[in-house]
Amino acid sequence: MLTYTIRRLMLAIPTLLVISLVIFLLVDLAPGSPMSEIPLTVPPEVRQKMIAAMGADQPVFVRYILWLRQFFWVEPAQLVNGWFGTHFAEGEQRILSWQSRSPVFTVIGQRIPQTLTVIGTAYLLGIAIALPIGIYSAYRQYSLFDQLGTLFAMIGFSVPTFFSGTLLIIVFAVWLGWFPTKYDTMMSVTDWDSFVKQLRQMTLPVLTLGLANAATISRYMRSSMLENMGADYVRTARAKGMSERVVVLKHVLRNSLIPVVTVIALGIPSIFGGAIITENLFGVNGIGAALILAIHANDLPMVQTLAFIFAVLIVLFNLIADILYGFLDPRIRYD
Amino acid sequence: MTDLSALKPESQTRAIWAQFRTHKGAAFGLLVLGLLVLAVLIGPLLWDPPKLSVVEALKSKNLGPSLRFPLGTDQIGRDMLARMIQAGKVSLAVGFVAMFIALVVGTTIGVLAGYYRWLDGPLMRLTDVFLALPLIPLLLVLVMLFRDKVASLIGPELGAFTLIVFAIGITSWMQAARIVRGEVLALKEREYVLAARSIGTPARRIIWRHILPNVVSPVMVAATLGIADAIITESVLSFLGLGFPPDFPTWGRLLFDGLQYMQLYPERVIWPGLAISLTVLSVNYIGDGLRDALDPRIRGR
Repeated sequence: MLTYTIRRLMLAIPTLLVISLVIFLLVDLAPGSPMSEIPLTVPPEVRQKMIAAMGADQPVFVRYILWLRQFFWVEPAQLVNGWFGTHFAEGEQRILSWQSRSPVFTVIGQRIPQTLTVIGTAYLLGIAIALPIGIYSAYRQYSLFDQLGTLFAMIGFSVPTFFSGTLLIIVFAVWLGWFPTKYDTMMSVTDWDSFVKQLRQMTLPVLTLGLANAATISRYMRSSMLENMGADYVRTARAKGMSERVVVLKHVLRNSLIPVVTVIALGIPSIFGGAIITENLFGVNGIGAALILAIHANDLPMVQTLAFIFAVLIVLFNLIADILYGFLDPRIRYD
Repeated sequence: MTDLSALKPESQTRAIWAQFRTHKGAAFGLLVLGLLVLAVLIGPLLWDPPKLSVVEALKSKNLGPSLRFPLGTDQIGRDMLARMIQAGKVSLAVGFVAMFIALVVGTTIGVLAGYYRWLDGPLMRLTDVFLALPLIPLLLVLVMLFRDKVASLIGPELGAFTLIVFAIGITSWMQAARIVRGEVLALKEREYVLAARSIGTPARRIIWRHILPNVVSPVMVAATLGIADAIITESVLSFLGLGFPPDFPTWGRLLFDGLQYMQLYPERVIWPGLAISLTVLSVNYIGDGLRDALDPRIRGR
């Protein structure tokens, strides 16, 4: 298991390096970069100083290495400093946002809690809805419940979240007035009243994302259950005279959960991507909203860093899913 | 002697069609998608809204549904029905063209990786890297950085279309490539391929004549689902304000424009949203039906 994990980890490194190079070059060599947008009236020597101040006068290769060093050494060191009060890599150049001149990771650190609260709750809700639906749909295949579940799943992954979210806003916020239309990021939970308020403003974004996630996961749960329901060990368990409850919820469910768990792990990075839409629709001030803001403001370091963080998340959760699969199902391991 | 013509086997296309028709969702999907495509193709011929002068347009802004404007007008007095038709044409075109690009790239890479062993490793690593790319952020960045450049080369409308279609196409070929590679790996071990090789058929010809026709069915399913994905991706870009310019709308763009007026005129958001959802839903159902119809294990049961 350990060698398997280590081998998977080693394989992830070249992938990440290639992706980082792609993201870096794409943003850096594009014709629309702000380096070309300094007004012509600016004298050449001032222009030179401006470009140098942004660190953009070095060759591409040098900048890439510097960026990698900042990303993998300076920034983690600063994080450790923040936690333990150590003094690693002090006085080193950090990745600075061109919008605010503050370190990119400070901005991200401020915004991540917002994203995690909303997205995390939504994903948990999605799983909590999807598993029972998937289990019961498979147990009573082709029943009315199963057909309704199929319809729900089909609608769930056909209606894009920006539309389902808008519909929820129109119905529950505009017509019924039960929930606020916009998420108030500045609110802090101090007492019962503000907690209720926080719950109310979270309801719509969480529902939007949660239902979309539930649709996908419930399909996987159903097909995985169906595959196991006809297996020989299930017949054996029934033949031994075990109750339906034990057969379905212990024998079948445990084995069916193995692929579903990996699907859940694989889905985590993509919900961060999907969160870009939900965050913009509801005005949640998370990292998705930060990305859109940075794109509109031509803030290259911010865009590069955020895009790379999304890539790291994808590779990381692919890795977690693989290792989890190997851990849960010993037949999968290749060592 | 028995009449041989009575034993003539049923044509495969007909068998597939017969199975496809029994799938209620797929039949419904085909009907709805057909109607939508028909509406955007012949809609402009049937519905030609009167050209309004500036004053008339100002007077007729934000109107509700009426005989003159069946879906009302927008904030600067444009007929919503005409805009919906125009937007639908672009949205559907984006879906079909982007899917086509993804399919060509995916099939090529899949066939090459499956047929030539020495290309398999590098091409599959490339696929893995593409699968690990964060697509939505990357597409947003691509559109932001290259929009002005491409627009200055071939005009804002064609530029936006080309850029978005290509960006979506080259970031969504990976599934098709994996499916095709798997099929080709199995196909090239079959006896008829060996026979073709033994009489000296060149590799190109084996691929075109013997391999490609046999990977058509899995590719068709991937293609159908690809249309749905492309339409959603395009509308996401438009929805985030990084898609098509406002005077060249898509359904996603109309929805984005309608958002600011959502509280007063919710129908302006609902119509384009409904159009996107219906298209994607019907395409997904068609894909589902096709998968069942093309699977010989399910067909005929």
